[in-house]
Amino acid sequence: MSSPETTARELTFGEAIREALAEELRRDPRVFMIGEDIAEAGTTFKVLTGLVEEFGPERIIDSPISEPGFTGLGVGAAMTGLRPVVDIMFGDFSTLIMDQIVNQAAKIHYMSGGKLKVPMVLRTTMGAGRRSAAQHSQSLHAWFSHIPGLKVVVPSTPYDAKGLMKSAIRDDNPVIVLEDKMMYRTVKGPVPAEEYLVPLGVADVKRVGSDLTLVATSSMVHVALEAAAQLAEIGLSAEVVDPRTLVPLDKDTLINSAKKTGRVIVIDEGYEQYGVTAELASVIADGAFYYLDAPVKRLGAMNVPIPFSPVLEDLTIPSVPQVVELAKTLCGKR
Amino acid sequence: MSRDDVELWLHMYQQMLRIRLFEEQVNELYTSARMPGLAHLYIGEEAVAVGVCEALRREDYITSTHRGHGHCIAKGAQLDRMFCELLGKAPGYCGGKGGSMHIADQDTGNLGANAIVGGSAAIATGAAFSSKRLGNGRVVACFFGEGALGQGVVYEAMNMAQLWTLPVIYVCENNLYNEYTHYRETTAGSMRARAEAFGLLTVEVDGQDVRAVHAAAKNLVERARRGEGPAFLLCHTYRFHGHHVGDINRTYYRSKEEETEWKTKRDPIRLLGDWLVANGLADDGILSRIEAEVSAEVAAAVEVALNAPFPEPGEVSRHVFA
Repeated sequence: MSSPETTARELTFGEAIREALAEELRRDPRVFMIGEDIAEAGTTFKVLTGLVEEFGPERIIDSPISEPGFTGLGVGAAMTGLRPVVDIMFGDFSTLIMDQIVNQAAKIHYMSGGKLKVPMVLRTTMGAGRRSAAQHSQSLHAWFSHIPGLKVVVPSTPYDAKGLMKSAIRDDNPVIVLEDKMMYRTVKGPVPAEEYLVPLGVADVKRVGSDLTLVATSSMVHVALEAAAQLAEIGLSAEVVDPRTLVPLDKDTLINSAKKTGRVIVIDEGYEQYGVTAELASVIADGAFYYLDAPVKRLGAMNVPIPFSPVLEDLTIPSVPQVVELAKTLCGKR
Repeated sequence: MSRDDVELWLHMYQQMLRIRLFEEQVNELYTSARMPGLAHLYIGEEAVAVGVCEALRREDYITSTHRGHGHCIAKGAQLDRMFCELLGKAPGYCGGKGGSMHIADQDTGNLGANAIVGGSAAIATGAAFSSKRLGNGRVVACFFGEGALGQGVVYEAMNMAQLWTLPVIYVCENNLYNEYTHYRETTAGSMRARAEAFGLLTVEVDGQDVRAVHAAAKNLVERARRGEGPAFLLCHTYRFHGHHVGDINRTYYRSKEEETEWKTKRDPIRLLGDWLVANGLADDGILSRIEAEVSAEVAAAVEVALNAPFPEPGEVSRHVFA
């Protein structure tokens, strides 16, 4: 487990991200940020509060409400010597930028035979539960993960969010970072004061266990950890594995955990159909087939547009009781 | 008229001819089934690429389109490496991975041709943003056809360029046809008013007159380099061939008479040649010599490409990530 050495300070998920951005803006004058209401407003979620005061409006740029335009501007700037961090307020709005990301950013290095590079970070949000309805609640990370040429980061803790963000900014490729907006203030955790990086492509075992493996991404890691705590009370030892990045994917850590426990549930907040859970389950089934005692199970968001009514919305997201029930069934503990 | 001016006109004549003969050879490769895929020929529009690129420095940037061979050549690409790319050969500008629609060459400031018609507008604007931020004085020419005026990202890009005074020239090549549909069927209002609405300095020129294109472009490029902001250069031109090499029967969308009219009376190469001869700045001998040189260059270049190796199979998974 890569938990920090010192636990002297605790930061929220949002604070850790802000600190990562501030450190990279300080370190590298080529880094700049662009997006809607990111300067004085500090984003809708107040994650960037204070950055424009330190770095000025030349580097923390309020854009027009033109997602394709300013995302494409980021791509062009990245190709010509700068290192942009583009902010798309809600992940749902990434539908608007798909040409710039899928046809442009992801392919430019390859299409140019390796001559051009796009060292750009695209930050956006995911996660339901905020009572924001169908166009402000989706988790669309599977879309990006489908496209060769993009790296995709889905941090679950303040420690990981900071270290992964810094690695993303230093990466020479387009990197999409999806932050669960429900974690900005509610998730707190230890973050060392000294500088560190978390490499892209290295999964993290968030809890060691022996009876089954819960592979979980982003906020679902916390659902898995809570489920693991409840399962421990009935004598089931669950291991929780967080891939941290979907591309590149640390297949070995996932497969090795599956080989050890023989039972796996994959939990992710993207839509279940054709989703991240399907890909991860397939990787595990392929890599650990002869070690498995049960089929790999999946829990994703329900295949419905996210409804507004709290009663309905909560049904769409994988929950702790769901994970616990499925785990019990999988382990024959009824 | 100075000696330098005459040299420049002759050079432009040569550059337009290089594009023309290159493209004729591309068509020949296609019709003889020696080229994979398709190509979108620039024949008829040569004055736009050459007039604009001759106003740029080598380190200035361009972005190009699916109809981009002319832009690449005008910005300084070598014909043999162009042919190699079109044939999917290893020595091509992109190692054969890009092909006709995606030629990029950072050594000549070519940030790449784009097969999404408005796809490079924001990228070009981002390159201009870098130029301004880094203070390197580079200007960006963003080429696109009038069909791209149907895509919203073009207007988003113009808005930001004007807001932030970025050194980018949006060069619209109005060749009258969005693929197989006349622009009058797709384009409401006025083309120039669209850019003017954002406050962009807008200049409209005869895109068959390379001297007019160049004079306008020079002015706009120098202005951008001085930090005075973006511009929209609307060039009226004509695509002598079809939308792509396979678009042979075109009478359902335009008449043979119209094509003949443009080809005989509005050919940019002939217009410049006639002007040079009429003003005593060149004679038929000089122009013939240029044509013979270019013709030999094209023949040698295509020979290189036909004999060049294909990429190794291992190349397929290289360059997905940097």
